[in-house]
Amino acid sequence: MLPEPFTAAGSSSFADFLAQQAPDLVPGARARAAGDLSDIAPHGTTIVAATFPGGVVMAGDRRATMGNVIAQRDIEKVFPADEYSCIGIAGSAGLAVEVVRLFQVELEHYEKLEGTVLSADGKANRLAALIRNNLGLAMQGLAVVPLFAGFDQATREGRIFSYDVTGGRYEEHAFHAVGSGSIFARGALKKLYRDDLNETETITATIQALYDAADDDSATGGPDLTRRIFPVVAVVTADGYRRASDAEVGAIADDVIGARLVRPDGPAAPLT
Amino acid sequence: MTAPFYVSPEQLMKDRADFARKGISRGRSVAVVQYADGVLFVAENPSQALHKISEIYDRIGFAAVGRYNEFENLRIAGVRLADLRGYSYDRRDVTGRGLANAYAQTLGTIFSSGGEKPYEVELFVAEVGDDAAGDQIYRLTYDGSVADIQGYGVMGGQSEQVETHLGEHYSDGFDLAAAIRLAAESLGQDSSPTRTIPAADLEVAVLDRTRPQPRKFKRLTDETVAQALG
Repeated sequence: MLPEPFTAAGSSSFADFLAQQAPDLVPGARARAAGDLSDIAPHGTTIVAATFPGGVVMAGDRRATMGNVIAQRDIEKVFPADEYSCIGIAGSAGLAVEVVRLFQVELEHYEKLEGTVLSADGKANRLAALIRNNLGLAMQGLAVVPLFAGFDQATREGRIFSYDVTGGRYEEHAFHAVGSGSIFARGALKKLYRDDLNETETITATIQALYDAADDDSATGGPDLTRRIFPVVAVVTADGYRRASDAEVGAIADDVIGARLVRPDGPAAPLT
Repeated sequence: MTAPFYVSPEQLMKDRADFARKGISRGRSVAVVQYADGVLFVAENPSQALHKISEIYDRIGFAAVGRYNEFENLRIAGVRLADLRGYSYDRRDVTGRGLANAYAQTLGTIFSSGGEKPYEVELFVAEVGDDAAGDQIYRLTYDGSVADIQGYGVMGGQSEQVETHLGEHYSDGFDLAAAIRLAAESLGQDSSPTRTIPAADLEVAVLDRTRPQPRKFKRLTDETVAQALG
């Protein structure tokens, strides 16, 4: 017979249920050694997101590093959260992937139990709670810093939320970047972003930004031309989540690189 | 002091079964039909908010008749069980058979335990496979017995008349519209003269293996159903 907690009324949260039934499976809840743990596992690096009329684009580079070593060159750090949102992760890769998995189930679980989808703000707040649970590990160097973006069906526009390790949730307007190369990516987007870009132009802007991040940050991977490894690009619009195909991203990346052969620092912005 | 009356176990179980059956036959029927691209659920249910048919997991759907609070309880337990298993192992490790077993044990224990009244519910648990041969449909009754169903099944209400009509007209490899038409027509056979149920009073959902998303469950809108009914 199914135990009592399975039939208990009240909570529609999978994370709460998991904490009750299998506390050892909750990310960040395990006993651990003291000290700085920042070099024991791979770290993911740069994620950028930008809105455009009717949706939002998120792109992430493919590198994971462990100290000075490149741990993986084709890691994926941008995922669908549900049909109308996506999540990108920087920080401790293993923990971050676990948080993403829990977040995906959390959203689907709520949808199935309640028969309705969470609001965009509701999703963003649930993610904040999951990140907050990881604070103990974050203080030891195993931080998980997500970037959350989605299409808000109430306001019919793309929205972006950033987080800090304490679970602070901040709504970003137009564009944002997280991870080690984010300073450079944000600088690039500042010069490239316009709010009237279409979907393809916005993807191009995010790939330019990742190129600049990889140019100046050793932990961010640039487009890998020999292996044809390109950033993961997610697009969320009223039609739902879509991952741009490798062919589509590859063609844009080839254009970007072609132009950089002429001008290595990328497109120039007008002075005034 | 008077001794309590002796009631034979046979009589006790029979009384409990009669009680459950009576409750289940009071409502309207639910039909499940296998069609070319998956499994179709059709229920007569004028409510837009309280569902008799629901999604449990990627490939698993659920339909129920009887007391709402009891099958809603079982539905929630099923979603929690499936999500917990999928999270701790992998999404592919959640199966309809595992879920049907958990339901069977739960219903069986409640039915034969002396204290509680038996649940007045019957359930369908269906899982859609990669092809028609991989589809599985289970029917669970109030006492915890499980039956493996081929092609079509009906439970609740005047299920015998409905199932007879469905059986006489069913054939393998129906397309979706034909399957909806037959199921809706069959649900109307529960009284004489027979009724025609309007599309707005039908709750219709499918497990569609041709859906590109991992989640194969989809509710059909009243317009889609009305179109299929012609």
